[in-house]
Amino acid sequence: MKPFAITLDPSTSLQNHTGSWRMQRPVFRRLISPCNKACPAGENIQAWLALAEERKFFEAWQEIVKNNPFPACMGRACYHFCEKACNRAVFDETVAIHCVERFLGDKAIQEGWAYPAPPQRADAQKVLVIGAGPSGLSAAYHLALKGHHVTVLERQAEAGGMMRYGIPSYRLEKETLRAEIERLLRLGVTLQLNTDVTDLASARQGFAACYLALGAWKPRQLKDVQGPDVMTALDLLKEAQHASPLSGCVAVYGGGNTAFDAARTAKRLGAARVVIVYRNTAEHFSAHAEEIALAQQENIEMLPLRVIRRFSEKTLELDVMLPEKEGTLSPSGKTEKLAVTRLILAIGQEVETTLFKDLSHVTHAPDGTVSVDRHFATSEPGLFAGGDMIPSSRTITEAIGHGKNAAAAIDAYLSDSPLPTPDKIATATYDKLNTHYYEHAQKSEEQRSNAKTFHEVFKTFSEQEAVYEARRCFSCGNCFMCDTCYGVCPDNAICKHRTSNTPGNGLAFNYDYCKGCGLCARECPCGHIQMEQEEK
Amino acid sequence: MHKEFYPKGVKTVGNRLRDPTFHTVQAQENRPNALTSGHRACQGCGEALGARYVIDAAVRATEGKVVVVNATGCLEVFSSQSPESAWQVPWVHSLFGNAAAVATGVAAAMRAKGTPDIRVVAQGGDGGTTDIGFGALSGMFERADDVLYVCYDNEAYMNTGVQRSSATPPAARTATTPVAGQAPGNVFGTGKSVPKLALAHGIAYVATASIAFLHDLEAKVFRAMSFHGARYLHVHVPCPLGWGTQPEDTLVHARNAVYSGMFPLFEGEYGHVTRAFHIENPIPVEMYLKGQRRFAHLFGKDGPNAERIQALQAIADAHIATFGLVAPQGDHA
Ligand SMILES: Cc1cc2nc3c(=O)[nH]c(=O)nc-3n(C[C@H](O)[C@H](O)[C@H](O)COP(=O)(O)OP(=O)(O)OC[C@H]3O[C@@H](n4cnc5c(N)ncnc54)[C@H](O)[C@@H]3O)c2cc1C
Ligand SMILES: Cc1ncc(C[n+]2csc(CCOP(=O)(O)OP(=O)(O)O)c2C)c(N)n1
Ligand code: SF4
Ligand code: SF4
Ligand SMILES: [Mg+2]
Repeated sequence: MKPFAITLDPSTSLQNHTGSWRMQRPVFRRLISPCNKACPAGENIQAWLALAEERKFFEAWQEIVKNNPFPACMGRACYHFCEKACNRAVFDETVAIHCVERFLGDKAIQEGWAYPAPPQRADAQKVLVIGAGPSGLSAAYHLALKGHHVTVLERQAEAGGMMRYGIPSYRLEKETLRAEIERLLRLGVTLQLNTDVTDLASARQGFAACYLALGAWKPRQLKDVQGPDVMTALDLLKEAQHASPLSGCVAVYGGGNTAFDAARTAKRLGAARVVIVYRNTAEHFSAHAEEIALAQQENIEMLPLRVIRRFSEKTLELDVMLPEKEGTLSPSGKTEKLAVTRLILAIGQEVETTLFKDLSHVTHAPDGTVSVDRHFATSEPGLFAGGDMIPSSRTITEAIGHGKNAAAAIDAYLSDSPLPTPDKIATATYDKLNTHYYEHAQKSEEQRSNAKTFHEVFKTFSEQEAVYEARRCFSCGNCFMCDTCYGVCPDNAICKHRTSNTPGNGLAFNYDYCKGCGLCARECPCGHIQMEQEEK
Repeated sequence: MHKEFYPKGVKTVGNRLRDPTFHTVQAQENRPNALTSGHRACQGCGEALGARYVIDAAVRATEGKVVVVNATGCLEVFSSQSPESAWQVPWVHSLFGNAAAVATGVAAAMRAKGTPDIRVVAQGGDGGTTDIGFGALSGMFERADDVLYVCYDNEAYMNTGVQRSSATPPAARTATTPVAGQAPGNVFGTGKSVPKLALAHGIAYVATASIAFLHDLEAKVFRAMSFHGARYLHVHVPCPLGWGTQPEDTLVHARNAVYSGMFPLFEGEYGHVTRAFHIENPIPVEMYLKGQRRFAHLFGKDGPNAERIQALQAIADAHIATFGLVAPQGDHA
């Protein structure tokens, strides 16, 4: 029979390679998420949230400790720069990153998870770290993970630096800190406590390199304000839980985080009234907004625009200041009196410089902070420094970041090899996302407990809360395997081979057929696809 | 307490956190790809995408037992340029206006052969459906023939150079409704809604869908295939060439059409609307019109033409009111 119609065989169009029409090609490209970019410790937050949302908690924790050995402490005390940068804040509310981190940190302690075992290295060297604060411990951790033999010398009876002696236990309980430090020591790091280093040269003997992380422990004083009723915030905070009770009205002088910690601590020690006296306006408090809000909730009073003129006979004499243009202040001429039982000074700490007396070529600023190059090297060969003792934001997170990066620099110094230059990756800014694909979802709030004790104010997230919160993450710049590109291509030019951990998680473009329309790039929720001009 | 929650991956094609029953057919590695690569549709063609979405779902719904009948139009032309075919399903093309009648014949043939389990899907553009093919379509409806008829609505005769159809929206510039005179573009008060006309035939199932809402679209194909008798699906498919839009923005415009109320998504059975796809906060129609060259004359040198934009807004508002598109609080479809 003669065919009554033209017959075309199925799929014969495949011989027509429409890819030749293309002027631009899509490529999968990982971008750095704003949170990752903002984390001073360099955590890959997006990556560990992606694991946490799959309930792969161990893997998520492992991803954190690639960069930061202390997730439980950080989840509590870090000022979470990540959350201030989080893209989700533009959409509804930031992802509560620190709460998920804290959950993972606590889970690791409960489950007894260990860090990866350090490699055995034939060329391992002995490295000295002075100061067992976050920066020194972070350097020790990363050097140990690289296979070096690390000894840490610490003046105090316990390790942790300001995490132990500064940050109050109602924000960071000491047991958590101890658990994370003990786990770190199990890597084979030698810690010598009660060892005050006074002679740097002799301490360094036998060590191929040295990392200094002394912190900033020299409290600023006021020349004429002294006496038995005056103390520094550090003195109060050091052993606050065991300190003698306070009574009456206590004044704290200063406007930074330390002042607020001292104020809240004084309240817990029994002070009937606590007043924060501050020279500038309340807008100039350098303490974090959250800290200020919590202090207010705990009935801490604030007395801005007051400068101490005199303190005697338990009476504070204050000059009332007037704000002028350009943020300057001038005395109004008025004075006030405030009867207090105790005056606590929280006007900053400087760096002790005695260790450098024989190293005149190591330069420092008037406040004692030491100059280093971008690899944390001082001008003395083999001597590195980081944390609060160099110019920085003075946070645990930055201190930990310094320790990590200094460890890499020390490792490179020891093997006389150049430091690898980090790849330049574009940031997944909000405009690169297609938020149509995200649902609105309220942030989980932390449960709170009684504020009157030294027990922690905030509770750790439950597993359910942690998973919920992790799922709020947009996965900015990094494929979360939503298959949208695969679905929306009108030319079926994306193939699925979910096997490899390449960008696109195993999806691949079939450039034989891709016409370069750009739909996939436009639709990808997280900005993981970029269009690149074809060379002509 | 939080329930299992997926704040991303509800509208996405797939979702690695959810079990595969949630995923769309389009997320599956072994999806049918009824319309495969190598076809000659323009870059970013909404119709090519829509046809694969619909026919893949129909193939799944019938476990592969489906014959497709195609009217003349872009879809037919770009998928079957002799000697090539991009179809991986049994597929037949006859004429511009007779797809519904041919489909009726195929369904009758299947019955005669004793294989009524082989189902029939007819498909065509808005011209082939709402204009020249409407008589055949109405007959197919009225006889309750066992066919799902799918119209891919790109709002003009695209294949022959963008002429107006009875589905072209008011004010849209086409080759036959040029930007000239006092009222440039297509005339207000003309055109027809074939989904509403289909509903008026009292057929088993009628739905509108959009390529921007894939989960909804696939569910409608599956629902349609669960009925016997005449069924109608009207899919909104933006056309970069005819609308003067960027190829990468095809789904953006499709979404905006739905979110503004210009293209209402609803379902009906046996003559009654049964469900509407709710939009929480309708966007102004202006947001939809902007970025389409066919509406560029509304945003001329002297600023936006408020009066004519408002007239288009009134159309969207009427859709919102007629179909109850804005959900009462707490009730989201
Ligand atoms: C009250 C208070 C609260 C804070 N709260 C927060 C917070 O919530 N979040 C945050 O991110 N940051 C906070 N900070 C800042 C943060 O604690 C510091 O930035 C961080 O601890 C700096 O780390 P580091 O390792 O450089 O120094 P440190 O933590 O100060 O550690 C230095 C260590 O070196 C030891 N040391 C010094 N000299 C010698 C020596 N000669 N021999 C042997 N050992 C020596 C010290 O005893 C100490 O243990 C707070 C600071 C204070 C004071
Ligand atoms: C009887 C008849 N008249 C005219 C044509 C020419 N023709 C082919 S396709 C087409 C327009 C198709 O428009 P539509 O159905 O909307 O499909 P689209 O191309 O827009 O997808 C026309 C007029 C024809 N093939 N047959
Ligand atoms: S949404 Fe996720 S990846 Fe994006 S900035 Fe926030 S936490 Fe980071
Ligand atoms: S669209 Fe989805 S699957 Fe495709 S790259 Fe983006 S996140 Fe990955
Ligand atoms: Mg058309």
